[in-house]
Amino acid sequence: MKHILLRELDTPNIHKLDVYVKNQGYEGLKKALSMKPAEVIEEVKASGLRGRGGAGFPTGVKWSFIPQSEPVKYVVVNADESETGTFKDRQIMENNPHQLVEGALICAYAIQAKAVYIYIRGEYWDVAEKLETAIQEAKKAGYEGDNIMGSGFSCPVYVHLGAGAYICGEESALLNSLEGKLGQPRVRPPFPAQKGGGLYGEPTVVNNVETLTNVPWIMVNGAAEYKKIGTEQSAGTKIFCVSGNVQKPGNYELPFGATFRELLYDYAGGPKEGRTFKALLPSGGSGPIVPLNDKTLDTKMSYEDTGAIGTIIGSASLIVMDDTVDITWVASKVTKFFSHESCGKCTPCREGTYWLDKVLDRIMAGNATEKDIERIDDVAKNMQGITLCALGEFAANPIIHTVKHFKADFLQHVNAQKPVKA
Amino acid sequence: MAVIGNKKYQERIETHFGKYPDKRSAVMPLLYIAQEEYGWVNDEAIQEVAQLCEMDATQVRSIAGFYTMYRERPKGKYWLHVCTDLACALEGGDELYEKLLHDLGLDHHNDTTGDEMFTVEHVMCLGACDRAPMLQCNFHFSDPENGEYRNLRTADGKIDSERVGKLLDYWRSKK
Repeated sequence: MKHILLRELDTPNIHKLDVYVKNQGYEGLKKALSMKPAEVIEEVKASGLRGRGGAGFPTGVKWSFIPQSEPVKYVVVNADESETGTFKDRQIMENNPHQLVEGALICAYAIQAKAVYIYIRGEYWDVAEKLETAIQEAKKAGYEGDNIMGSGFSCPVYVHLGAGAYICGEESALLNSLEGKLGQPRVRPPFPAQKGGGLYGEPTVVNNVETLTNVPWIMVNGAAEYKKIGTEQSAGTKIFCVSGNVQKPGNYELPFGATFRELLYDYAGGPKEGRTFKALLPSGGSGPIVPLNDKTLDTKMSYEDTGAIGTIIGSASLIVMDDTVDITWVASKVTKFFSHESCGKCTPCREGTYWLDKVLDRIMAGNATEKDIERIDDVAKNMQGITLCALGEFAANPIIHTVKHFKADFLQHVNAQKPVKA
Repeated sequence: MAVIGNKKYQERIETHFGKYPDKRSAVMPLLYIAQEEYGWVNDEAIQEVAQLCEMDATQVRSIAGFYTMYRERPKGKYWLHVCTDLACALEGGDELYEKLLHDLGLDHHNDTTGDEMFTVEHVMCLGACDRAPMLQCNFHFSDPENGEYRNLRTADGKIDSERVGKLLDYWRSKK
């Protein structure tokens, strides 16, 4: 099957406007502009497209929440790809930037937005330049800016660089950051789609890069065609980011419903020589870790199937660990990440991640007792469900699920009473 | 006063102000410009950005402090960011960081060389996990001469001393 998202693999130089246009580029936008905005929303709803940032919320439904009675609306593209192990949006923006711009403009037309802001993480400095080039090309050709393709619809696309903060990938923190405030989450409701909750208080759609990049294909080929790909509740393809201990790390675009085995063996080449798979984080640092056994390998990758093995597909950022890896060290690494990235606004996350990190350091140093393993599990469970945003929730996962599945790794540290090297 | 508000940066500043309905939203891009001018976000930078964005200097300082890509103390000409987050660490990120510190005679607290040529920091995920271990220099993943700073290790999994040394020599030799 041809790629829907990583199209540079089928069509070299698709990042250039002329090549993109020759290959159905901006035809989805053209088609959308010939329809009523509400019809575009209905088409996206019918496609079954769900948000690719991790939460999997139905995209068309999200768009339909925007109150059309409000005069000013915005589209914000979440390109703050910062989850450990996630690098799919980078490849889209580097190699197929026009398709993102086109998707964002279709969304802008559907909700009648005044402007599109692409909030891209600061570390993607090079990528932002490529995106900026694509936007300027599109502007010159009349696909962006004033009176797009003579339709009477006008919408500029702006790029805004972040500056190194994981929390800005959380949509309300992202909006604060874009407004020049501290990138800390807001209390909801009001939600971004509502008056008072979005950018500058105006109703706003916030969508992930990969989500919007699907939209031009849906407009050109139709919702029914899109729905044929993937599974019942997970329509379309997904870019799976594979990193860690495999032969061939990289981005692989496959239909939802492919198994972990297919991805990790047929595409990522399996474990390195002489080693065996041990554990998998299917959704970056924030999703529950699972043992990488036959049961996991035979599980389908979709929103509805991963629950059976106690995890989520989320953003599909697979970090693979083999038998050389000490899972206690993994818990410590991921906890350091969340401790560093906690924005400090609410207490359970700020204090919880700090103390989890301290106790894990003690365990890693061989100065802990078995009681400390119970303690981190207890602290993590007490963080759940009581934080303003999902970061606090995510930060509990690397503890609860590593202790649940890999307690032997922790016990090795407390019993040995001396450091065990990872 | 008003060094970054002068002609050299005027066009860029105007472009940023033109994107947003209020001036405050331009605080992040303007802090980048100030950092470019002064090498780091110093007091002058804070004052000037505050004046341009019509904000209180304390608010600008809190923004500069919140984000890791604004440096609040002097740094070297080449600002190296080594990813030591999980995905890179599984493939040698920590060792790469330690090697750079060692080769440049630095440590975790003393992160800038005496000749102000290099600053080495470890950072969280750079979004390039398939290229581990990965580093950035002055926010760039690559340069025209050396290509991408990716997979900086040898086939047996050790840090590639030769390539790391070559990169350091290249930066040293550049004017």
